[in-house]
Amino acid sequence: MSFPWARHYEPKNALTQWIDSRLPLPRFVYNAVGAGYPVPRNLNYFWNFGVLAGVALVVQLVTGIVLAMHFHSSAAGAFDSINGTIMRDVNAGWFLRFAHANGASMFLLVVYIHIFRGLYYGSYKAPREMVWLIGVVIFLLLMATAFMGYVLPWGQMSFWGAQVITGFFSAIPVVGEWIRVWLLGGYAPDDAALNRFFSLHYLLPFVIAGAVILHIWALHIPGSSNPTGVEVKGEQDTVPFHPYYTAKDGFGVGVFLIVFSTLIFFFPDYLGHPDNYIAANPLSTPAHIVPEWYFWPFYAILRAFTADFIIPAKLWGVLAMFGSILLLFFLPWLDRSPVRSANFRPAYRIAFWVLVLDVLILGYCGGSAATPGVVIASQLTAAYYFAHFLIIVPIISRLERPKPLPNSITEAVLGDKGGSRMTETALSA
Amino acid sequence: MATEDDPSGPENPRRRDYLQIAAVSFAGVGGAVAVLPLINSMNPSADVLAQSTTELDVSAIEPGQAIKAQFRKQPLFVRNLTPAEIAAADAVPVSSLRDPQTLADRTKEGHGNWLITLGVCTHLGCVPLGAGEGENRGPFGGYFCPCHGSAYDTAGRIRQGPAPKNLEVPNYEFTSPTVVVVG
Repeated sequence: MSFPWARHYEPKNALTQWIDSRLPLPRFVYNAVGAGYPVPRNLNYFWNFGVLAGVALVVQLVTGIVLAMHFHSSAAGAFDSINGTIMRDVNAGWFLRFAHANGASMFLLVVYIHIFRGLYYGSYKAPREMVWLIGVVIFLLLMATAFMGYVLPWGQMSFWGAQVITGFFSAIPVVGEWIRVWLLGGYAPDDAALNRFFSLHYLLPFVIAGAVILHIWALHIPGSSNPTGVEVKGEQDTVPFHPYYTAKDGFGVGVFLIVFSTLIFFFPDYLGHPDNYIAANPLSTPAHIVPEWYFWPFYAILRAFTADFIIPAKLWGVLAMFGSILLLFFLPWLDRSPVRSANFRPAYRIAFWVLVLDVLILGYCGGSAATPGVVIASQLTAAYYFAHFLIIVPIISRLERPKPLPNSITEAVLGDKGGSRMTETALSA
Repeated sequence: MATEDDPSGPENPRRRDYLQIAAVSFAGVGGAVAVLPLINSMNPSADVLAQSTTELDVSAIEPGQAIKAQFRKQPLFVRNLTPAEIAAADAVPVSSLRDPQTLADRTKEGHGNWLITLGVCTHLGCVPLGAGEGENRGPFGGYFCPCHGSAYDTAGRIRQGPAPKNLEVPNYEFTSPTVVVVG
């Protein structure tokens, strides 16, 4: 599963030899994220975001486990246990809480960059389809976890978010209302719903961690892609993951932590919503319900459907919202172009940037009140989103004439002569 | 030990297959049955269901007024319609409605002025405005949902906006001229 020139783990002393012959876990780590994993030498900083997502997952797990020690999961106690006990009385509780709340935003931010990196460089194409498919599963799990976590403080946005999101399921014909009541364990969000959301919010991150291991496993079979999209041809095209990319990722983690700390210490509530500092009130809906920023594009798609067409508008909205993510599962087969990197695909490159703009506009619409202008903008951008994947990408992959690809990664990095020079250095070393 | 005479030996594969299929199917059915209580435990529990009737005294509600009560932890709108509001609701051609119902379908005989509905927008479950004093009743004089702009008329019927259905009328009964039992 690895390149033949990958370095081999050699336990140096009696203890590591003893461990290696009984449970070769250090060998496994060495081959997975150590010097035993050869990686293309030309990765740019966009390749940092997978590791950053892993760091964000660990931050959420650690802060979340400690927060759970202080949280009361009951409709009567949840709001006070966070806004009273944790924020004021628990030592450093405010820090843990803000780190966890902003950590969710950082997690989604790096995951979105990671996904768009994959879209730009064609990382979803053969032989890495399975990496992409597991990635979409992780994204869905992440959205479910983030949503259930947002319900736990039991403020007004928490409560009405739970009401609206579980309301999606009542759009399903015939059994929808029954499913909604089953999900909530009642007729409206209450103790039963809060407790099961807490239980699942604690469980799902570990499921995500398991899926991440599968994601990395599937990645390491063909090995990492790279900005040229040209596959590794020989030893001169790669460097060992450690120390080269552990060092580069370490730098990325430093930048990540600077942004994260700035949020926690200077703008802890910037990404939140003031209504969530009002305790949940089942008899009064906030004037303007909005989800967290990372759900805005999907919320805009949900609201874009206003007319009944065969099935009710509400069901269209829900189907389109879930469809916008499920569509990603089919992307490896919608894009038939054999060229991976958009650097060599002039037409796809334009379509990619238009999609980025489209999703940003969708996000803006999803965060705004549903005025007629916003609804029309959401409808146009939602339609374009689906057209990008279902029409534009398949057509481009048929008609486009890609630019000539470099013969190898090394040639792309060092030019014609560089390849041989590198080989000589490698040989003399 | 599998000998040449052993009927379960490798030369008698059908008997072996039968045992294997039977054992795996039985274990599968057992596993599936064991999941049922797990799924069922997520249905509303007895204490939640115990809140499923609500008794209300409506004597203090003047014509034109409405109150917000609670039924199954959900808001319940009880509204005493004025003759003008009843006339406005009856004047609408039923066939023009998204969810065709007359006002009489949605009230009890002899209590035609009492409109009792859940205060849960049929779009995504927000609480519409219009039951509280001075709240916006929307363009049709009934209820107005601020979340996505659904407007209901004086019979609680959907007239404009994304909601697919009229406000739900729960089961209820007048046990006396001024007392209603909902649920």
